[in-house]
Amino acid sequence: MALLSKKDANLILDPLADNNPITIQVLGICSALAITAELKASLVMAISVIFVMGIGNIVISLLRNVIPSKIRIIAQLIVVATLVIVVDQVLKAFAYELSKTLSVFVGLIITNCIIMGRFEAFALGNGVWRSFLDGIGNALGYGVILVIIGFFRELLGSGTLFGIPVLGDPIAKTGLYSIGYENNGFMIIPPAALIVVGIIIWVQRSRNKALIEEA
Amino acid sequence: MLEHLELFFKSIFIDNMVFAVFLGMCSYLAVSKKVSTAVGLGAAVIFVLAVTVPLNWLLDQYLLQDGALAWLGPEYADYNLSFLSFIMFIATIATMVQLVEIVVEKFSPALYNSLGIFLPLIAVNCAILGGSLFMQAREIPSLGLALNYGISSGIGWFLAILAIAAIREKIRYSNVPPPLRGLGITFIITGLMGIGFQSFGGMLTGDNEPPEGTDNTTVEKSKEEKEINEEIDSDDKAVSYNEVLNK
Repeated sequence: MALLSKKDANLILDPLADNNPITIQVLGICSALAITAELKASLVMAISVIFVMGIGNIVISLLRNVIPSKIRIIAQLIVVATLVIVVDQVLKAFAYELSKTLSVFVGLIITNCIIMGRFEAFALGNGVWRSFLDGIGNALGYGVILVIIGFFRELLGSGTLFGIPVLGDPIAKTGLYSIGYENNGFMIIPPAALIVVGIIIWVQRSRNKALIEEA
Repeated sequence: MLEHLELFFKSIFIDNMVFAVFLGMCSYLAVSKKVSTAVGLGAAVIFVLAVTVPLNWLLDQYLLQDGALAWLGPEYADYNLSFLSFIMFIATIATMVQLVEIVVEKFSPALYNSLGIFLPLIAVNCAILGGSLFMQAREIPSLGLALNYGISSGIGWFLAILAIAAIREKIRYSNVPPPLRGLGITFIITGLMGIGFQSFGGMLTGDNEPPEGTDNTTVEKSKEEKEINEEIDSDDKAVSYNEVLNK
């Protein structure tokens, strides 16, 4: 991290753990959960959000003295929407199957609360380089949680990772299945994602007592 | 008429915005601490969805779809502007929210005071944009059905936030493990409610059944739904009475 000063490095490292956008700030859950049944989709979603947030934070930070504060929400939405259209067109061109799986959730990156939240809270008041780092950091924090959820849901639900069987063959009863292991179909259905997030929050807050809520 | 009824119940229970597709989760989690504020936000969401989904349907139909510009003349029939739909939809939503805010403030200050703070938040509520995007993805055939879809998915969202707010008011008196308090337990409860809502999937059996069969089952089931709703409502009332008593 010789490239970055300690303060700048914290912009990236904080959101990864103690100030995580999903588990602590409760932002960006909307488009995150429905697509995490597979690891591959989670990873693509995470990369898309990193791209949109990095560039978006730069643009908003550059424009921060030009945008009138009354119409700033519309201006921000237009910037994000443009970036998301780019992501959507790229996905349709190079990963058509995946863009079908993600369906409307690529579009919903626009209203992902992390992006608007970071624009409002950080990019409107800080310089370009710091805003870029903040965007990347928060998007990474979001991506990490997405990949963790995707990993467990795909592993426990279908016994595969990235579509490759890792626990043996459920029909031929090889590997783990030969000793009576079964896939947990429950992990595939959407509400399981919520429960996995709940457990991640539980684990994280048990390890760091400072994060426990009073209410 | 039947398709309206079917879409109505389908969007409230089976494709529930919160429990089936996780839309609007941010405000769902942030504003569900008290039943009264949850009702305000829920009402605002129904209202804005009812306005924006039909508007975006018109946009989609006459501007964005493949060949939608044919009404301008044959030379425009080849245009496909659907790649612009994200930016058009979000611009419509943001402007409509601002317009609605101004109009409501002018003509109904009482309603404005109860919805006021929630209206600007709604522009970035994923449920609103999600409503329009699902409307486009599912190719809803007519303006009436689009209006129906907007209202009913709004009602579904309203029910969800009302239910979780009532549960969260109650759960304050329970002994939850400290690391789970607040956010964690809310996630898990929402997950369990989502599993419950999955069982509504059997309510409408799809297009393969003959129309007469689906007709009967829809009507019978819908009566059951109404009863269940009334139960939920009375539960909520009981909760708020408890609150008053405790104060």
